[in-house]
Amino acid sequence: MAALQTLHLAHLPPDLAVHVALYTDVRNASFLRDQLLQGNPDFEYALVDASVILSTTHALAAVFRAANDHLKGRLKSRNVHSEIVFSLGANNNIAQSLRTFGITPTTTNLLAIKLSTDPSITSSTISEHLSASIQGIQVEFNDAKLAGLNNIAKIRKLYKLGGVGEEGSKGKRRRKDGTVESSGLVDGTAAKDAERERRELEVAILGLMALRGAV
Amino acid sequence: MDGPSPPQPPLPAPFTHTHPAPTLLTQGAEALLYCTYFLTPSHPCALKYRPSKPYRNPILDKRLTRHRILSEARTLVKCRREGVSVPGVLALDAEGDGVSGGWMMMEWVEGKTVREVLVAGAKRRKEGRDDEDGWEEGVTALMGKIGRAVGRMHEVGVVHGDLTTSNIMLGPLAAPQQNGVTTNGEHMEQVGEGLGGEIVLIDFGLAGQSLQDEDKAVDLYVLERAFGSTHPEAEEGFQEVLKVYEESYKGAKVVLKRLEDVRMRGRKRSLLG
Repeated sequence: MAALQTLHLAHLPPDLAVHVALYTDVRNASFLRDQLLQGNPDFEYALVDASVILSTTHALAAVFRAANDHLKGRLKSRNVHSEIVFSLGANNNIAQSLRTFGITPTTTNLLAIKLSTDPSITSSTISEHLSASIQGIQVEFNDAKLAGLNNIAKIRKLYKLGGVGEEGSKGKRRRKDGTVESSGLVDGTAAKDAERERRELEVAILGLMALRGAV
Repeated sequence: MDGPSPPQPPLPAPFTHTHPAPTLLTQGAEALLYCTYFLTPSHPCALKYRPSKPYRNPILDKRLTRHRILSEARTLVKCRREGVSVPGVLALDAEGDGVSGGWMMMEWVEGKTVREVLVAGAKRRKEGRDDEDGWEEGVTALMGKIGRAVGRMHEVGVVHGDLTTSNIMLGPLAAPQQNGVTTNGEHMEQVGEGLGGEIVLIDFGLAGQSLQDEDKAVDLYVLERAFGSTHPEAEEGFQEVLKVYEESYKGAKVVLKRLEDVRMRGRKRSLLG
């Protein structure tokens, strides 16, 4: 079984470690969500619905932004962990971002993130608490696992990126080489195309997250 | 970058922790450009830092910095979404902390500027080392690619505002991104000084969204002058830029018509500024 992963993001102070755990088949999502709603301090995590996370970079970019805002003392939401979920959104609406990217009662694929904002928060305390609290199967947090859990069509819809990387919508024609891809799902293309498409989608999402509504 | 360089303001948090420290690539009047990495050392990126100006009123300074960072990021994100080849925006902090200015991280772009490529090519020809047949053809193809890239940008309603050969990058030929980047900012000598590769437009600091033919014509005019002054040998090749530009989108013909007017009078129509 996979274990809690502890990461250090570039540029952040070394003591501000990022702890990440990915779960599938979560059975007690509504209990976990209730703890967040009640503001139970023991459950101060960013609990993200993994089906709307494209890649590790996607999730960690939100962590980076929230951590930076935390360090500069300008969080817009309750704490750095809710700020992570808020930072995934492409607009300035906190409630909407929490609803869209946060855990829902029906969530089965769950990404739990916690920052060591205090020296007492360590990998082992988190690990212990999570395994006692989350009823699900822990898997490794990596791009391949996320790719198996996420719903690309839903992600495109959330960020209004219907055409990016594959074309369609108002972007009309334009594949430089002239091949017209019918908008929507063309999954028969080579793996290279899929990879390029994923990369284009990722960079478009990061841009929208960075702008956060300042479009 | 000769002469005594003015003291550089230190990078703001969070980059005070960055190890190895970002390396300064170039410095403009408004911003400093560094090479560093995004979330992990394997993900190189460019960091554009706009330090605050001590001589400006602090409130005004904050607003200008914020406005300029967001405006550049907005344009890049729009271009990228619409399929114009530009570096994507990875992260930004337009607020700064009130004293140190703001920053934006962008995707790292491999390759050299068109200016570097043309200058190096001209030098080699001068030294008579030009045994490469096909240089001329290569330049023509390059011009065509530039025309197409600029046309695509104008098609989506973005004008660059400072379209020079230094702001057009030519990527390496077979371009798997990520590979072979020197994080310490050294310029890698490419094997085989090629003219192939993908065109990437950079530095959207003066860019804006405009549907006016005048603004687009000025973009072309500025580029034409850039070719005329630094690459006289490539000046006639500029016709190729215009030729491909003309075919690249619907409104191009009108813009080229306008370019003739701009040539007659210079780029400032309003005579302001």
